[in-house]
Amino acid sequence: MNAAKVPSLRILETRGLSKRFGSVQALSGVDLDIHAGSVLALLGDNGAGKSTLVKIVSGVHRPDSGELFLDGSRIDIASPRDASTAGIETVYQDLALCENLNVTQNLFLGRERRSRGSALWRMFLDRRSMEEEAERAFEILGTRIPSLSNPISTLSGGQRQAVAIARAIVWQSRVVMFDEPTAALGVEQTENVHGLIRRLRDQGVGVLLITHNMVDVFALADRALVLRQGHRVAEMDPRRSTPDDVVRAITGSEAAGVRPS
Amino acid sequence: MSQPRPRSEPVVSAAPFKEKLQRISHGELGLIPVLAALLAVGIIFHIASPYFLTPRNLSNLTLQVGVLGVMALGMSLVLFIGEIDLSAGSVSGFCAVALVLLSAQYGLPGVLAIGIAILCGAAIGGIHGKLVTLVGAPSFIVTLTGLLVWQGAQRMLVGNQIGQILIDDPLVISIASTFMPFWLSLTLVLIIVGASLIYCARQLGSNRFSGAADRLGLIARSMLFPVLAILILAVLSNHLGVPVLLLILACVALVLTLITEHTAFGVHIFAVGGNAEAARRAGINVAKLKILLFSSCSAFAAFSGIIAVSRQYAADGNTGGGNLVLDAIAAAVIGGTSLFGGRGRIQGSLLGALVIGTVANGLDLLGHSANVKSIITGLILLGAVSVDMIARKRRIQSGAAGA
Repeated sequence: MNAAKVPSLRILETRGLSKRFGSVQALSGVDLDIHAGSVLALLGDNGAGKSTLVKIVSGVHRPDSGELFLDGSRIDIASPRDASTAGIETVYQDLALCENLNVTQNLFLGRERRSRGSALWRMFLDRRSMEEEAERAFEILGTRIPSLSNPISTLSGGQRQAVAIARAIVWQSRVVMFDEPTAALGVEQTENVHGLIRRLRDQGVGVLLITHNMVDVFALADRALVLRQGHRVAEMDPRRSTPDDVVRAITGSEAAGVRPS
Repeated sequence: MSQPRPRSEPVVSAAPFKEKLQRISHGELGLIPVLAALLAVGIIFHIASPYFLTPRNLSNLTLQVGVLGVMALGMSLVLFIGEIDLSAGSVSGFCAVALVLLSAQYGLPGVLAIGIAILCGAAIGGIHGKLVTLVGAPSFIVTLTGLLVWQGAQRMLVGNQIGQILIDDPLVISIASTFMPFWLSLTLVLIIVGASLIYCARQLGSNRFSGAADRLGLIARSMLFPVLAILILAVLSNHLGVPVLLLILACVALVLTLITEHTAFGVHIFAVGGNAEAARRAGINVAKLKILLFSSCSAFAAFSGIIAVSRQYAADGNTGGGNLVLDAIAAAVIGGTSLFGGRGRIQGSLLGALVIGTVANGLDLLGHSANVKSIITGLILLGAVSVDMIARKRRIQSGAAGA
């Protein structure tokens, strides 16, 4: 995709992100940009710097150098809180759900809505409005949840995935990063997650998909970015590449169809 | 799985009553086991002793349950986050002795002495919490240390004084020996009845409760507390009236219930108990929350020590000792609180304390020794944990079955 042609779609950009852990240069000057309503796959072998990149954008690590831009203006993400305030949500592989809490409580965890009124009243939760919002989110995802007041422990794996992703809708996140979303899933569940990610993308959300799975890349990604040893080595269009091209970029053997960047 | 569904069908379907039944069948038993246990021990002792259900004995029972009840409520808070506080008994004893010394030897007014004792408890709990979160030591070990340290400190405070240190501060003594006048009790009962009726009427108006079963369930649920309050008033007015201590216990339970079940902080407590890592990622300050709860638990322990002083007009090196802390943990567990964290209710712990108190009271009436009490309480605890483990299996199965 030509970024210059549609500059207004660009939500999040990183410029020259670098991070060193001791003697290991985990990330060296990585640029990437995430566009609204589009899926960017981030690929690379173990230790290529994918997780480091995600952790910097989600506020877990601070970069040694480099900048982040949201809607073209520079932002500072010093903590996970800052990331969620900026509208950047991360869906972890383990989903980070509290199984003992119910669906609504999980969706709003850490950002609960309080009742309106006097100071005393504001101490209490506004359950009704949270439930309505939750229903709306599942409507958008097209997922049926047996009951919003049932604990997560009673839900199926697919429903749990939907709950983790519904968070992004409830928070009106602009960017959602998925960390290996299908790594532990079977075929049917993978299909389910792909469906959920597509619906999220259709809402205009910018999706960053960290994955090892070629099926994910070719089913979902509009662009694919390959990292190797902390460097950005290739950006490719999955519609014009083959899985072989991608694998070659990841492992480092030169290949046709790969545009060095 | 995410199948497209017709627009007209609501995302969330189950009605409250159906939902409840479904949850029970999935092993979410709630307060059912502890209510059943309470009913069972009540019936057994009523059959075994003609004195059990007399106003005089029930009045005694409510007073006896105060110390354990307050400690069990505080204990629930740390159990909710998957921690434990073995030091609550020692802390309660230490603060009780501190209270008596402040009042009897240093002549501090009751209000001030009570305030200092509770702050002292809060500070001690804060230290425990800090050690748990900072050092990362298991709370079992930290509070076991606390148990030993504060018990030693309590005995050092008592020093070489022989026997009990007496207290004659009117405020401290009045806590456990004052009964409310009838008009006040009646007013409170009327407020409870009125509030429940308003709640019930408002809920019936909402479209959530449209089915007949749902409406009936709602009415039954809203009538539980008014009926209980009327019964308590009716029985206890035949003796000396409703003890102020019962009102204090009810207020503590009410406030803690509102906090744990209706505030964001309450959700965070259970989130930390269920999955601390997920809570941290959601931006919750887990360490701060844990320290606050350890601190509250010890403050409630101190308060239970104050009630003990108020009942005995004295404190000594053994106040807060014996089985008290284990009974408090048992009360919470009988009430449905999980030792693994993330599961339990304040009302459950209160009812659990009532079960243990009733067993102690009933066996006293029948003239059994403390040894028998200990055995019976242990067996009830075993029963409660077994019920919970079976329910837990059900929960895990129903979760897995849906996957």
